[in-house]
Amino acid sequence: MKNTEFFDKYNRNTHILGRIVSAVTLVLLIGAPFVIGGFIGAMPNLSAVAKGFISVGLVWTVSSVVEFLIYTPMLGSGGSYLAFITGNLINMKIPCAMNAKEIAGTKSGTTENEIVSTLSIASSSLTTIVILALGVLLLVPLQPVLQSPVLQPAFENVVPALFGAMAYKYFRKNIKLALVPLLVMSVLFVLVPALISQTSMMIIPSGALTIGLAFLLFKKNRSAEG
Amino acid sequence: MQAILNSPTLYAICGGIILFVAVVSLVFMIRAYRAGIQAGMDKSMLKRTITSSVTFSVLPSVGILLGVIALSGSLGTPWPWLRLSVIGALHYETQVAQAAAEQVGLRSLSAAEMSPEAFSTIALLMSVCMIWGMVLSFFFNKSYLKKLRKKNTEEKQSKPGFGDSAMAAMFVGLVSAYIGSYIGGFVSGEGLFTFKGDWTPILVAVVSALVMAVFTYFAEKKHKVWLESFSIAGSMLVGMLAAVLF
Repeated sequence: MKNTEFFDKYNRNTHILGRIVSAVTLVLLIGAPFVIGGFIGAMPNLSAVAKGFISVGLVWTVSSVVEFLIYTPMLGSGGSYLAFITGNLINMKIPCAMNAKEIAGTKSGTTENEIVSTLSIASSSLTTIVILALGVLLLVPLQPVLQSPVLQPAFENVVPALFGAMAYKYFRKNIKLALVPLLVMSVLFVLVPALISQTSMMIIPSGALTIGLAFLLFKKNRSAEG
Repeated sequence: MQAILNSPTLYAICGGIILFVAVVSLVFMIRAYRAGIQAGMDKSMLKRTITSSVTFSVLPSVGILLGVIALSGSLGTPWPWLRLSVIGALHYETQVAQAAAEQVGLRSLSAAEMSPEAFSTIALLMSVCMIWGMVLSFFFNKSYLKKLRKKNTEEKQSKPGFGDSAMAAMFVGLVSAYIGSYIGGFVSGEGLFTFKGDWTPILVAVVSALVMAVFTYFAEKKHKVWLESFSIAGSMLVGMLAAVLF
């Protein structure tokens, strides 16, 4: 009982803290271009910003709504506040938190998972911040190495390397489940290659299909259990 | 213009915001760690979560650093540094910056054409385009999670819930979409069924998966549990090396 009280309080405080830091970060990020504008002698052109937002921003807004709906339950409260502040969700934070969850063996929606997820996202964010800070500090000596033609193929393939390893980890436990979406998505991308540039949006139908199949399997197992 | 965009003042503004976010991350980390101890969670497991997340994030972070370098040619270093440390996403940021540059009348995102007004406008548009996850989190995180938790509790009262399987399924769908896009890119990337597209992502994903299988074998069968913390980073490194070698 004491533990339940403690976690209720922990969760309440997480939401308060999460909201405060989200609001402060928002003000800082929107305010920075104006402060910089004041320093360099030209404020942002607001009508160009509005036009730009209509032409490119609306797509990201829709994508943000989807990301919020999908990733918030995956990450829990603390993890999701932090992940939406620090970004790089699909290419790092989500796989990172899923990997931590797998290693710790926690279940979605539990207190343990909330803690593991927050620890994972926070560690991941700090790692990126430190590496980027070191990288910026050492930009002059590092630039030729990182941009050398020999290493370019490696850095162009960070995401395939990540998803290859994650595919093994997840597919082996859900092979029945994975075959259908893998096949359907491959055929779709082969037939409509224009969709390749929209892969981050194609996660939605792929995820929905897999969840639908998982639900059928879940119901089947449940009725088998009686 | 580049001299102004790389001036100490800009470094101070952007670095200050990054520092704030670093402190926030640290606070969340310490709170979660303490709560874990209070919940009676194993200390070594909490530490392993941190170690595995750090090693996991190193290589993708180097990839993100390349994004900073790529954008620094036109926008200076401090702004891309801020964008990619906070809120930004590697695959969106360059596209948004490019689109924003077109909106302010530049032919492309380049240092030669950059003006103070173009820069501040691009910077604001980049911010406005990417804030929505945070805005939604601010308004709806609490109520959304509360609603889901209530639903889960109701389900659990009868039988084990579907929530956990749904999360795993969503992730399987996500990975399938990416792997499918590599296959599609190879088969039809240069014209339908020409098989002339780039096959490197497929090779890298396969090598990375194979190395992961080796790591899993040693972790599970030989009980080298500590390997789990480094398995993803190690697999990625070998996968990326394959891209260089072949």
